[in-house]
Amino acid sequence: MSKFRIQGKGRISHQNKVRFTFDGKSYEGCKGDTIASALLANGVHLMGRSFKYHRPRGVVTAGSDEPNAIMGTRRGPGRYEPNTRATIQEIYEGLEVTSQNNWPSLKFDLMSLNDKLGMLFSAGFYYKTFMWPKSFWDKVYEPVIRRAAGLGTSPTEEDPDIYASRYHHTDVLIVGAGPAGIAAALAAAKAGASVTLVDEGAEIGGSLLSEIETTIDGHPGQKWVDEISESLKSFENLTILTRTTAIGYYHQNMVGLVQKVTDHLNELPENSPRERMWRVRAKQVVLAQGALERPLVFDGNDKPGVMLAGAAQTYLNRYGVKVGNEAIIATCHDSAWYSAFDLAEAGMTVSAILDTRKKVDSDLRNRAQSLGIDTLIGYTVTEVIGSQRVRSVRINKVENGKVGEAVRLSCDVLLMSGGWTPSLHLFSHTKGSLTWDDNLSAYLPGEKTEDVYIAGAGKGHWGIHDCLEDGIEAGNKAAEASGHRPRKTRFVVGSDRTGSGIVERELPTDLNPSKAKAFTDFQNDVTAKDIRLAVREGMRSIEHVKRYTTNGMATDQGKLSNINGLMIASDALAKTPPEVGLTTFRPPYSPTTFGAFIGYHRGDHFEATRKTPIDNWAEQNGAEFEPVAQWRRAWYFPKQGEDIHAAVRRECKATRSSLGIFDASTLGKIEVSGPDAVEFLNRMYTNPWTKLKPGRCRYGLLLGEDGYIRDDGIIGRLTEDKFHVTTTTGGAPSVLNMMEDYLQTEWPDLRVWLTSTTEQWAVVALNGPNARNVLEPFVDIDLSDEALPHMSVVECTVAGFPARLFRVSFTGELGFEINVPARHGIELWETLFNEGQKYDICPYGTETMHVLRAEKGYIIVGQDTDGTVTPDDAGMSWAIGKAKPDFVGKRSLSRPDIVADGRKQLVGLFTEDPKTVLEEGAQVIDDVNKPRPIQALGHVTSSYYSDAAGRSIALALVAGGRDRMGETLYIPMPNGTINAKVTGTVFYDPDGERLKV
Amino acid sequence: MLLIHCPYCLKAFPELEFAYAGEAHIIRPDDPSLLTDEEWRDFLFIRDNKRGIHFERWRHVHGCGRFFNAVRDTVTDKFLLTYKAGESRPTLQDIEKARA
Repeated sequence: MSKFRIQGKGRISHQNKVRFTFDGKSYEGCKGDTIASALLANGVHLMGRSFKYHRPRGVVTAGSDEPNAIMGTRRGPGRYEPNTRATIQEIYEGLEVTSQNNWPSLKFDLMSLNDKLGMLFSAGFYYKTFMWPKSFWDKVYEPVIRRAAGLGTSPTEEDPDIYASRYHHTDVLIVGAGPAGIAAALAAAKAGASVTLVDEGAEIGGSLLSEIETTIDGHPGQKWVDEISESLKSFENLTILTRTTAIGYYHQNMVGLVQKVTDHLNELPENSPRERMWRVRAKQVVLAQGALERPLVFDGNDKPGVMLAGAAQTYLNRYGVKVGNEAIIATCHDSAWYSAFDLAEAGMTVSAILDTRKKVDSDLRNRAQSLGIDTLIGYTVTEVIGSQRVRSVRINKVENGKVGEAVRLSCDVLLMSGGWTPSLHLFSHTKGSLTWDDNLSAYLPGEKTEDVYIAGAGKGHWGIHDCLEDGIEAGNKAAEASGHRPRKTRFVVGSDRTGSGIVERELPTDLNPSKAKAFTDFQNDVTAKDIRLAVREGMRSIEHVKRYTTNGMATDQGKLSNINGLMIASDALAKTPPEVGLTTFRPPYSPTTFGAFIGYHRGDHFEATRKTPIDNWAEQNGAEFEPVAQWRRAWYFPKQGEDIHAAVRRECKATRSSLGIFDASTLGKIEVSGPDAVEFLNRMYTNPWTKLKPGRCRYGLLLGEDGYIRDDGIIGRLTEDKFHVTTTTGGAPSVLNMMEDYLQTEWPDLRVWLTSTTEQWAVVALNGPNARNVLEPFVDIDLSDEALPHMSVVECTVAGFPARLFRVSFTGELGFEINVPARHGIELWETLFNEGQKYDICPYGTETMHVLRAEKGYIIVGQDTDGTVTPDDAGMSWAIGKAKPDFVGKRSLSRPDIVADGRKQLVGLFTEDPKTVLEEGAQVIDDVNKPRPIQALGHVTSSYYSDAAGRSIALALVAGGRDRMGETLYIPMPNGTINAKVTGTVFYDPDGERLKV
Repeated sequence: MLLIHCPYCLKAFPELEFAYAGEAHIIRPDDPSLLTDEEWRDFLFIRDNKRGIHFERWRHVHGCGRFFNAVRDTVTDKFLLTYKAGESRPTLQDIEKARA
């Protein structure tokens, strides 16, 4: 048993010993301990190094506001978490804990040299120092800074844990289960409302868990928690979630909760999530988050052994741990006096209470004296002596604003309290306004934007009686507002510890203030003089002061630092605190794992993978796949030993010489039907549709109103009033959305119905001179060029399946695209594939499709166009129905910038060396000798090696491209400049003879 | 997450079911060819980007699929009213009533 543990005291289980390691050394704690309380019980105060100066740091708080004691925790492979707050994490058998921000060790950290160079590292240091030379940023400054800085190290292994997520609806959500929260929950539950009470702690009770003097209904606070926990169990309409943090408060009373499910357990249960994200929609919210104790600001206030008085009280009463042997209290608030009393009564030596105020209540002074505690009223702290632990403290009397003679008092802990800040983080998330209260020197909730009540210390109430009363009122109001009738709730409170205090700036000193390291933000190493420097250097807004100094920007979100920083900034600016204002709190309330946000959406569940009916066949036949929009598409079908280039060359050759088969099922498909279908298409697409006869197809080009190409595809007219529209694979949803938009909002008079049929049809494309031969045995219609010419569509049966048979081509070869109901897709594919053996049928993927279409100069929207390409830019003015009065985007085609000279136009490029294949995306320039930077003429959009052309081919968007035919342009690459000649965009069968067979 | 009342389904659903669709009450001219370049520019690109009450279009894309109009306060991000496509712009009175 360690000498700092008081046997039998607190709420931990003294009999249940738990062993864990800290920096490799084994320690014993008790079940119910946090890492911090267990280390303190072992006399360990040094728990980390600070972020910038690498100063030795000890634990300051006993809650989620902890800025210093943040550690790495590990539970076997993959289960490492950096920046865990030692004040929150409960210990379990075998927990491995490591300190952070030190090298080579916690006790001897070489980077603490930064502390000695402190004057170089003042506010705005990074902005001022690393400006020059510019080239040093990448190579020197950034890598060095990144190594030296950073909080903890990221885990590198995949996280094996499960993270759950769920929705929850409740009448009343209560955040915080201290006295106010518990009272609100009881009141609302009695009224019959469905109530959800959440607290970040391992058990409900909040401050009551450390309360041994004040009684409620005859029981000391700590004991009463057990009583009330029991009676709350009888309410079936009450859900209590512990170890659950409300991280953010969003619109219309949606609150995000993160519940830690297994982080405290010895053994991980099978298949249990580690954490669970709750998205709660509450009719009414009660925020009972309490108040956070503030540090005092003086030189050395960050040294190990200096901590908050209330935290010491919690370690004592809740965990049975004495934080030291000899304490001195420094405060400006009555609450620390009560902390001192508890410590002294538990047998700790409290040699003095130092209060910065001129007057302190006589009852407090008398009680202190009766406990043998010196009372030093009107004093300041000017120095803390000791490096890795406090040894003594230098104090001075302050009279008439003058700092007097210094006295040294020895101690091993200095317990401070600068008063209490109402915790209004979540309220701030809702953009609720905060009002400065001069009496309390605190911001209190003002105007509300949501259905929310604030209760207890968060509203400035002090003392358990007031907090309980306020909680009852909030609970009743919330229940009533959600449609329930409040009942009577009453508690009898005895020996309440009410009190008050003031807010201090940095404490006055007789020493050189420019040498003082008086911290406001422990985690980001921001001192009082940094804030004053920021103001001297011209920062006026508190938001600028915050960013320049980084005060309040650490992971603790300014819980301890905001008000102290504000008091100092407002003094430096000679303004009142409300004139200076407060920085904005943003979610999350406390650091949250990525896992909690991601939930189930990881691995295969990260994004849907759409598969065609033929996908399985492709997989079994060795296809490599590529993602296209959300689809997984067969990319190429390598044979043994083939790389992508060899496979694609073989697939291209087979298709051009005999027969290729291709899965085109992902093509977007929209059925447009109704009496006004043709008029609708006339208005949507650039092309004219009126004269297109049923049974015929046309290439359709879709623009935005701005005149730029949005999508394209073949459209077949099935009957007078029914069209089968195809879109690009990725464009299908946006095209349907655009069509719906025009139909619903611009032309609601048109009698047209739009149906997405993408997944209804499986599409098998046959291409090559033998395409007709392989298909013929399976149809009872005439497939001849006369009966079914290029750009035709017919409804028939293929291999016994009902089909829409298109004679179209995206390869320049004789081509058919057979649409059959999706469920027949694989059977049709296999039937045609078997028959195709006679013609050495070759399955090909998207890469070959890309090469074959590029050889013909067919564009791919989104690859050869980028949202700034007009039909004319793409060389497709032929697709415009010039006689039509209007279509989407028509007016834009005469916009001045669209008819201007010098627009980027799609052209072909032939590299000087026919074997050189350009890189897609490479920039194209017209003169390598121009002074840099050179304005590019455009870029390469498509580039392949083409056997059919006998050389490399490329498409490019080039300014004034069509006027540059034959001109040599240059493509500068890392390994030298490539010369290329501008050419047309059709590289194979320019007259389309191969289509007319 | 906002709750949005669909004026076709007559029920509020989570924002996830909806897609934003730009400013409302920008009517495509019957004959765009009659517009000057400046007028057409205004139709295409010029938007109010209001601080405060904003008329905008939404689509209940993962629900009934209908486009509709909404009045939203861009300061508070609160939806004040939603109404069907083609209905006229609510009056300031309607909006204030909805706000109260």
